[in-house]
Amino acid sequence: MNTEIGFFKRLNDWVNGDEDRIFPSKNEYDSPELPEPPVAKSSLPNKDILFLSSYQVIAITVVLGLVFVLLYTVYKLPLFGVADNPAVNEVVERYVEKGLEETGAVNVVAGMILDYRAFDTLGESSVLLLAITSVMMLLLRDEKNIDPEEDLITEHEAVFEDQSRDVILQNVTTILLPAIMLYGIYVILNGHLSPGGGFSGGAILGAGLILYATGFGHNRVRKFFSMKTFRALTTTALLSYGLLKSYSFLLGANHLPTHIPLGIPGAIFSSGLIFVLDICVGLIVACTMYGFYAVFSRGEI
Amino acid sequence: MLPFYYNIPAISILLCMIAGMIMPLLPNGKVALRVAMGVSAGVALLSAILMINIIPVNEYFTYMMGHFPAPWGNELSAGPLEAMIAFIFGLVMFLSLVGGSHTIFYDILPGKQKMYFTMMSMLLASLLAMTYTNDIFTGYVFIEISTIAACAIVVARDTPKTIGSTIRYLTLSLLGSGLFLIGVVLLYCITGHLLMPNIQEQVLRLVSTGLYTVPLTVVAGLLFSGVAIKSALFPFGGWLPMAHGGATTASSAVLSGLVLKGYIVMLVKIFYRVFTIDVIRDLNVTNIMFACGLAGMIYGSIEAFREEHIKRMLAHSSMAQIGYVFMGLGLDVNLGVAAAFLQIMVHAFVKPLLFLCAGRLSEVYDHEKSSYRLRGSAHKDWIAGIGFTLGAMSMVGIPLLGGFTVKYYLVTSAMMNPAKLWPALITLMISAVMNALYYIPEVIAIWTRCELCTPNPVDSNRGFDWIAAPILSAATLFFGLNGYSLIQLIQRGLALL
Amino acid sequence: MNIISELINDRFMIAAVLLFGLGFMNLLLQKNLIKKIIAFNVMDSAIFLFLASQGYINGRIAPIITNGILDSEVYINPIPSGLVLTGIVVSVSVTAFFLALTVRLYGIYKTVDFDEIMLLVDKEAE
Repeated sequence: MNTEIGFFKRLNDWVNGDEDRIFPSKNEYDSPELPEPPVAKSSLPNKDILFLSSYQVIAITVVLGLVFVLLYTVYKLPLFGVADNPAVNEVVERYVEKGLEETGAVNVVAGMILDYRAFDTLGESSVLLLAITSVMMLLLRDEKNIDPEEDLITEHEAVFEDQSRDVILQNVTTILLPAIMLYGIYVILNGHLSPGGGFSGGAILGAGLILYATGFGHNRVRKFFSMKTFRALTTTALLSYGLLKSYSFLLGANHLPTHIPLGIPGAIFSSGLIFVLDICVGLIVACTMYGFYAVFSRGEI
Repeated sequence: MLPFYYNIPAISILLCMIAGMIMPLLPNGKVALRVAMGVSAGVALLSAILMINIIPVNEYFTYMMGHFPAPWGNELSAGPLEAMIAFIFGLVMFLSLVGGSHTIFYDILPGKQKMYFTMMSMLLASLLAMTYTNDIFTGYVFIEISTIAACAIVVARDTPKTIGSTIRYLTLSLLGSGLFLIGVVLLYCITGHLLMPNIQEQVLRLVSTGLYTVPLTVVAGLLFSGVAIKSALFPFGGWLPMAHGGATTASSAVLSGLVLKGYIVMLVKIFYRVFTIDVIRDLNVTNIMFACGLAGMIYGSIEAFREEHIKRMLAHSSMAQIGYVFMGLGLDVNLGVAAAFLQIMVHAFVKPLLFLCAGRLSEVYDHEKSSYRLRGSAHKDWIAGIGFTLGAMSMVGIPLLGGFTVKYYLVTSAMMNPAKLWPALITLMISAVMNALYYIPEVIAIWTRCELCTPNPVDSNRGFDWIAAPILSAATLFFGLNGYSLIQLIQRGLALL
Repeated sequence: MNIISELINDRFMIAAVLLFGLGFMNLLLQKNLIKKIIAFNVMDSAIFLFLASQGYINGRIAPIITNGILDSEVYINPIPSGLVLTGIVVSVSVTAFFLALTVRLYGIYKTVDFDEIMLLVDKEAE
């Protein structure tokens, strides 16, 4: 009986993320326990308990109210999937009918985000830049966020990991990684011809790099992708995106032609700037995704 | 070829974004500071050129970003009002960076200083884009940029307190963005356009035929609540004092002086260009703005009165001043909206002045922040003392200073709307009295000589002494003396929106 | 019957609104920071579901020009897809920032309980 109650409680804790294992561990290779948290759970004064419970009540009522209002709005909106939506208008017509000849892209969505509405995409790439900068601001190792004990533990763990790499992971990575990278490059280059584009392709490349880092260790990746490479790649990609697009915006607004050839629709080297911009975006996304992984796991790229 | 000044909005935004992108390549923090100052000064200069060209002819233009006009491509739109606001954004950011540069290098680790200036440049870019945009989805993207940048400049100082307050700021800010995004999505569903003039056509058609009235009201409400959360309107302003408490001086100045205002400018632009202000008044959104504004004025003043810590007191005071803006917007008369814009401009100068001076005064006493400990500091740094006194007098509403002009026009516009006259007047009176109650003791405290205190010798910050404080104080006086002509200018700008 | 058939027709949008409410409520009420972040992601994904479903038109294919057919009656509306692309990237970036803050706070206080952290932060000196 006791073990059953214990088991269900452990299962509940494991589902909630409070416990690492369902069965108590007998493995001596477990990482050592972190020291006891130095903070005792403080009991809240009555005023705070009152505030918290009234906050919960107010929050629930506000959210329920919002959901009901939105459901009523959905009921009153135009019907889903019907062709005479207000949203289907002359804008869509021109994007589909003239998109190929004006932007050169077979994929209408790529043509839209990288040519018609390129300013939004420029803003979005800057959001990526801001995110990786702020994550580095918080987590890049410096005197304020290194805890000497934890540092020592991480070092020991890293040395141990280097000595006993997971064989299955390594072999599978050796087989899969070239395919993943090739697929990522294919998706980026074909962004204007088929579903895909810079963002999805960049995510695939980033995932490939992360796989390599988990399989072979941080130091192997650092041999060809260090902080300097990261900085150089992201800055070049972003700057070229920014400058090319500024050129396009300023000339376009002044009604001057940009003289960028659009090529034959359907060929890889077509659709003018979209091809180059896809590559830039793909590079940025790949570097950013790997950067997030590296900074979160090791505190440095 | 368009005349050169047509290109200025796009050039200012792209300049700030490219500056933000090249910051990682610079050698160290000091060079990055110079680049950031140069960029904001450049933006101020360009906006001044734009103002000089546009205001005399009273012109409003739209600018294609790319080769395709609305509704197929992105567009910017600029007029006298946007040019003035952009000028103020650029100038105030330049002055905050100049005045707060000492504390930036003291508060932020050397390895992270370049990142701080990236965030500042991107923040300026997003504020400019929110002012100039003619497209609501671009507005949403740049709102997100400003969210991340504003949170990052608060957390740059890297103490446990700032990280905790940033989490609260980020959570609430994301809620606001989420609500704004749903508003944009619903608006796209019922109108099918993303560019403001086209949406306006469709909205007017919907209003006249009576279709989709419920979604339209819900959209207005969602857009308003999203912006209200992000610009610290009562009851959503709980994050502001905590965010100010630990942030470095330049960040506090920019956060209180500029970031909160950017969202309000965008909201007003949306209300005028998408819905037309008459529809908004019919939908009773202005009543909610009025009520929240009044409540904010009183709540902010009471909390500021109870506060010991000088920066948190200034933060609560900011909440009260944002209440003024929304009260002006909610008064249903055009003069009220103009008074609200005047308050935006005046507050954009006065609050950074107060924060910079408070920062300098606390440097005198080893970065102490409570008012008791700051006694006598003005005698060591009299420029900061005078600046703080001027700012405080403007907040209280002494004539010849900016705050008085704002209050005067708010009262005048309240008198044009008899229904809302009495609540407005009573709240203005209570708020003015409370402002005096918490600013005047501060001013007296900093000028009281303190025999037993041991102040530090203050290294002179030439940037602050010769550039930031004088220009900000002069601006306060300028607004005080030229109220009438400025209100005329703002009203002409609003008529074009 | 009309209401039921409308409900079934609008299933994506109703699901999106319910998910949004779920995410919003959890973002406000959950104490664990990681769960708050997950709730925020659910909320954002719900908005993208709503937006993406706006583009669909019955009986039409994805907006990749096939066989040279340039008629706008054959393809669905491409605009919402583009907007969702932008939104997803923004959502990922903000999640990363939020997670970095959580990791730092955990490193300092050894807890991810939001209420406890706020109490401890309030007691900190400036």
